[in-house]
Order: sequence, then structure tokens, then C-alpha cells
Amino acid sequence: MTVAAISGLSPLRHVLSNGANVIVQETAFSPAVTITAALHAGGLYEPDNLTGLAWFLGRVIDRGTAARSADAIAEALDDRGVTLRVSVNRHTMMVSCTCLAEDFEDLFALIGDVVRGPVFPPAEVEKRRAEIVTAIRQDQDNPAVRASEALQQLLYGADHPYGRPGKGTIETVERITRESLAAFHASRFAPSSLSLVVVGEVSQARAIDCASEVFDDWTAAEPADRAVPPIESAATRRQLFIPMPDKSQSDIAYGFVTISRLDPEYYAYWVMNNILGQFGLGGRLAENIRERQGMAYYAFSGFDPSIGPGPLVIRAGVDPRNVERAVGAIDVEVETLGTHGPADQELAETKQFLIGSIPRLLETNQSIAAFLQTSEFFGLGLDHDRRLPGLVEAVTMEQVARAAQALLRPDRAAVAIAGPPVEAA
Amino acid sequence: MAVSGITIPDRSTRVARLDNGLKVVVQEVHTAPLVSVWSWYRIGSGDERPGSTGVSHWVEHMNFKGTTNIPREQMKGIVERFGGTWNGYTWIDQTTFLETAARSALDQMLFIEAERMTNCLYDPDECESERTVIISELQGGENDPDQLLDTEVTATAFRAHPYRHPTIGWLEDLRAISRDELYAHYRRYYVPDNATLVVVGDVGADDVLRAVDRQFGRIPPGDPPPRRRPPEPAQIGERRVLIERGGTTAYLRFAWHAPSATDADFFPMLVLDAALTGAKGLNLWSSFRGAPPQRKARLYTALVEGGLASMVSGALVATAEPFLYGIALTATEGVALPSLEDAARAAIEDVRHDGLREDEVARAKRQLRARLVFESDSVTNIAHQIGYFETVVGPGFLDRVAASVEAVTPEQVADVARRRLARESCTVGWFRPLERRA
Repeated sequence: MTVAAISGLSPLRHVLSNGANVIVQETAFSPAVTITAALHAGGLYEPDNLTGLAWFLGRVIDRGTAARSADAIAEALDDRGVTLRVSVNRHTMMVSCTCLAEDFEDLFALIGDVVRGPVFPPAEVEKRRAEIVTAIRQDQDNPAVRASEALQQLLYGADHPYGRPGKGTIETVERITRESLAAFHASRFAPSSLSLVVVGEVSQARAIDCASEVFDDWTAAEPADRAVPPIESAATRRQLFIPMPDKSQSDIAYGFVTISRLDPEYYAYWVMNNILGQFGLGGRLAENIRERQGMAYYAFSGFDPSIGPGPLVIRAGVDPRNVERAVGAIDVEVETLGTHGPADQELAETKQFLIGSIPRLLETNQSIAAFLQTSEFFGLGLDHDRRLPGLVEAVTMEQVARAAQALLRPDRAAVAIAGPPVEAA
Repeated sequence: MAVSGITIPDRSTRVARLDNGLKVVVQEVHTAPLVSVWSWYRIGSGDERPGSTGVSHWVEHMNFKGTTNIPREQMKGIVERFGGTWNGYTWIDQTTFLETAARSALDQMLFIEAERMTNCLYDPDECESERTVIISELQGGENDPDQLLDTEVTATAFRAHPYRHPTIGWLEDLRAISRDELYAHYRRYYVPDNATLVVVGDVGADDVLRAVDRQFGRIPPGDPPPRRRPPEPAQIGERRVLIERGGTTAYLRFAWHAPSATDADFFPMLVLDAALTGAKGLNLWSSFRGAPPQRKARLYTALVEGGLASMVSGALVATAEPFLYGIALTATEGVALPSLEDAARAAIEDVRHDGLREDEVARAKRQLRARLVFESDSVTNIAHQIGYFETVVGPGFLDRVAASVEAVTPEQVADVARRRLARESCTVGWFRPLERRA
């Protein structure tokens, strides 16, 4: 047997008096600590007419608080060599950083301040707005982004939180005010929706003491939950072409709406996606499109389930003259796996790979923190890393074949292509 | 080892050289049940001649496509069965291949690398198929106007030195290079006396050295040609590039001739870059992937906080010979390139004239000290750093990095700013977007 022994994480959970969750994993690999603070404040919770509000909040939340000016925050970060990241997805907003262990208390207090008390100085709001508008303009010129965003729209509809672009549109971003940012922060940020994960060269006691000091006196009403709006499943093929005449290469985004991360069939879908477009250079897709046909530098699939049914997205970048051939090759691989399921050896190798890669995925403070935040968000338990090998091992050929058969139907695929138009040959 | 109060776990390193010239570096790191194996070759696009640009990178691609003892279709799966990942890259001074997997995969990983050194197949059909894959890689890069500008600025900044052409090669050369040229390049440079093998992870150094000797010991030495690159003549006047194409966003780039890693100016320049655009660190594999700490950096405060640019980045990379120091800017929507260039110039001229404040230099050094810790957070990253500096710069360099940063003085930083960021040795690139035709 070649699968590495799983030594396992040993995180400690501590719940503060106000309900905030703190999870600490001590490591001794490097004299550094990763701090992450996640809240239920993603795009799902935006008002439907202010798409991009969560994204905007993520850009300006760390630019001034009641206690610290934007400049004081900048100095605190830069003096310690630290980059503060704020990432926003459909459901969550996460503030995170990696710092030297000696700077842990300083950075934790700063993150606490940013999470609790942003004040949105008007000049900062305007500067960040201009940056977001520029970023949206850059996206409009990027065939990969254009194809991916168009696919999301085809799959979920332009008004669905899973279908809209995270940054919003120039029109919505122009309408977002300081007041709407403050109101969104007030409605979504509360101890009951806060999940803190600390990983690194820091003792559990030190981390929990610090978390208590920074967050214990925080009170805010529990944010209302919002269910993921229903998704109409399409029974037909949809295809969209976005002409971008000045580009050298066309980008293809081809996909389906899948299942929730909480669906019991999740692990079967995960294995199936690895076979289709991940294993090695990019699974069966890369084997066909890159290795056999030499058509693309990249061809792969990504599976991104969330609370609601997330997408499976196949991506490839090809010569504009090869778009039809590449889409045809994707159709063939999708159809073949859907109809016949995987081969025995493929399934065995993939399961072995996924199980064997767990120690590698849990090697760094940052990757452990991300794993623990995900486990926490979906309620998978703090022992999820230890149970994961068994969950993958238990996936059967029948389950994978069934998942493939249910999902991989070219006649139900959505396909978005962005690139230079080609005259009909 | 203790550097300015940071305790780095003591990791002993063993260095050996086989009779055939292969250098082997092993570092034991027992924090995870993993091992990372990297083979490094002292060959990159800076060793190529006009007409065969891109050959090193194409050879790298071909070295994943089957060997005498590993059929093409079995290359995939060997490392994966151990939960592993594999990859490779080519740049101006080096070509490298890696696997990171469970420690029990060590023998398989060494076997793959030994096969790669001597037994790759270069099947003619596979060479043809890869030609179009690489052209697709090139054209994908061209979709990004900023990358296109970078290529043009680099080609303009150099007149004679082969660092001027992109590592991926010029399209015309990629259409023309033959299977025999690829194979000849492979045979010339993929020899033990042109390579370094690095193994880092949960292994015993003695076991590794024995296993390496078993796998590589019988490979005969080659006769790698000495590196001969035409020197770059001094630049005596500003050069400019203007690209006008359909697009949405304007981009601005500056490039100056940079010190090589062994030049006395290198570390003062590294500190200068940290003060101008935020410290990245020195790990080409990982340090440039995220944003650096830069909110107090000179060009960030002047240009991004000043509302003229939405992004600024600087790049100084350790290279064997003088490459470029680049600064890249994305113009904020509505800002014209001349006003962005003027403001950037003014900020740079301030530093050239007055140097940096002591607190700016101190902050830049503190940032670099932290980044050196962050960029060594995995067996893969540690192995990369060992192999990179061994191959590109030479033995001993990596051990001296932290102390070299610490020793930089504000006077040295002011001096390199004055001498090295002069207008007459600068190349400026504009990407000006044109309204798309309907």
C-alpha cells in the first residue's frame, strides 16, 4: 500500500461567550502563524439591485476603523511584512493574513478591529471604487473571465446570486454608497456568524486568550439567513459566443449545475470530476485535447459545490479555428464518461491519489487554515481530515457511474466561448 | 540558525557529488510525511540562439512524454498513486522538474528523474503535437495585454544579450524548430555534470544518497558546452515601446538593467524594490503569486493612493547575468498614460535625488526578513530555493541571503537608486487600448 499514513490534525475548538467560534491548530514547521476570520457575508446576502456590494465591502473594510486610520493600518501591516487578504465568495467573506509568530497578537488585534469596526472613510470608498471599476474593465477584456462569467449566467440566470459576477457591474458599483456598505456590514457581521481559525507556531492557550481579549465584548444581533434561491434546471443545450476580435486565443467554458457540498453523493462527484478533468495534467479532458490532439495548453474541469448546487466547469483555451473541434472533444469525453462510467483502474488510481494527497494539502499553515474553515463552514467536523480517507475509500464504482450518468449529458450542457470570430471555413 | 531573533528550525543539509558530476543536495525535514524531489539543469532561454528561441522550454515539455522504460501513457499515474503532484518550468537560466509526494514514493521519483535525464523518447508525432500545445500557451499569454507589453519591453531593453527573447520563444521559431534540434538540445544539456538534484523531506540523508547513486550513478558524464552569452552594451538613451490594440485598460511598464545576483548592488536593489513596491522575497516559484505588503511603499502611496493606478508591482529576480528591474502599473479607468508616467517618474526621481528615509529602509528590510520565512513554508518551496540558487547563482548564496539583506545601508540604497534608475538606461512601454471595433 502506498498511501501515506495520515497523522491527522488536532485542532481545538473554543466558543467565546458571545458565540464566536475559535479553532486553533498548533504547528511547528515555520515561525509563522496564519489567522483567518470568516463570516456569512458573501454575495448571496447582497440586495438584488446592488450586485458587487459584498465585493466592495471586502475592498474597503480594512481601510479605516473607529480605532485606526487607513494609514495606521497600512503601517501596522507593512512594518511586519504582512499582506492582509479579504476574499469574498457566494456565501462568505474571509479576512486573513500570515505573519511572523512574534507578531501574532498585533495582527490578531488588527483583524479584530477590521472585522468589528470599519468606518468607510469617504475618500477610501472613492479610491476603492475606482479600482473596482478598473478591475471590471480588465475583466471585460479577458476572454477567460468573459467565458466563465457568461457560463455562470447561462447556468443560473443573470439574477441568481450564483449567476451574477462577484464584482458587480460598473453600473451597480457606481450606485453603491458609504451608507449601503455600512448597512451591509451591520447586517452581516456578528459574533454568531464569525469563525476564527488560527494555525501556526502559537499555543492554543495563547491564541484563545488573544481571541477572548479581542472579541469577547462584541455584541451584534444574529444575521438573518437567506436560502439559496431555487435553480431552474435546464433540459436543453445552451451556447453563447462573445466576439473579442483582438485576442489571439479563444476560451471555452462548458458546464453543468451539480449538487450541494452537503449532498451524500458529494464524494462520488468529487472522484468523478477528478477522473474527468483533474488527474495528472487534467484527467481525460487533457489527455484528449492536450495530449492526443495538441490543441490546448490547458484543458481541465473544476467542481465547486457550495450550500446550493455549485457548478462543474470545464475550461480550455484554444486557437480560434479549433473551437468547434475542442467543444466536440469535450462533448465526447463528457458523453463517454456519462455513458460508460470510469474504468476500474482509473477509479482505483483516483481514489488512491485523492487519499494520498491529504498530507500534501495539509502541509502549510495557510492550507490547514483553509481546510479547517471549509470544514467548519459545511459542518464537517474538526476530525474531517481523519475521516476523509474513509469517505473517499467508500465511494463505489456504481456511485461514480451514477453521478456521471446523471450529470454528464452534452445535450444539457451550457457552453460559453469568448474569442476572435472566425469566418466559416 | 537564528536571524535577527527569528528561530528557524535547524535542518541539516548534506551535499554530495557523484563521480559523473551530478551534484546532490539533501535536506531532512520531518514535519510532514512528504518528500520533494527537484532536478535542475543549467540551461535556459538565455542560452538560446536566434532562430531556435523557445527550444529549452519545448524540450522541458517533451521530457514529460515517455522514456525508454516509462511508456508515454504510464508517465501519468506514477506519482499520483502516492498522492503526489509534479510539474516543471523553464526560465532564462534554468530548467527544472519536480515531484512532491508521500515519502514512500522516493524511489519512484528518483527513477523518473533518472529516466528523464537520459531516456526521453522524442517521438516525432509527439514533437509535432507539442508544437501546437506550446503555440497555444504562447497565444494564451498574448490574450493578456500586460504580458504582451512585458514581452515587448524586454525585447526592447536588450540589444545583444539573449535574455531579450521570451522563454516560450518567438512564434516563427516555434513553427520552424525540428524534432532533431529538440533532441540535440536535450542530449547536449541533460547530463549529470550539468545538473543538480535536490531532495527535501521526511527522509534520511544516507538513504537518499544511496538511492541516488543507484539510479544516477551509471549515467555517463556529458560535455556540456560552456555558457557563452554576448554581453549587453550599456544603454545610452531611453527606449520606448507603444502598443495600440483593442482593449479596455491602459498599462505602463518601466524596465532598467538590473544587477545579477552576485553583483554588490543586488541586495541594495532588493531593498530599494521593497521600499518602492513592497517586498516579494526571492522565491520565483511562490513569492510572486500573492500581493506583497505595499500600502506604505513609495510608488503605491504616490500612484495607487494618488488615484492614478489601480495596481503597481515591481520585480527583481536573482539571475546569473544582469536581467531587468521592472515596474508595472495598471492605469485607473479614465487616467491617461502621460499623466501616470509623469507621476511615476516624479516619484522615482524623488528617490534618486533624496534617497529613502531610514524608516523606509528599515521597514523594507523587516518585510524581506518576514518574506524569507513565508516563502519557505513547505518541502516543495524549500527544495526550490536550494536548487534555484545552486543552479542560477552558485553554492553558499542562499545561506547568506538574510545577512546580506540585514547589512544593506540607506546610503547603498540611495546609491543604487541614483545609478540604476536613470532615465537614459530605462525602457518605457505603453499599452494604449483602442476602442474595439463593433
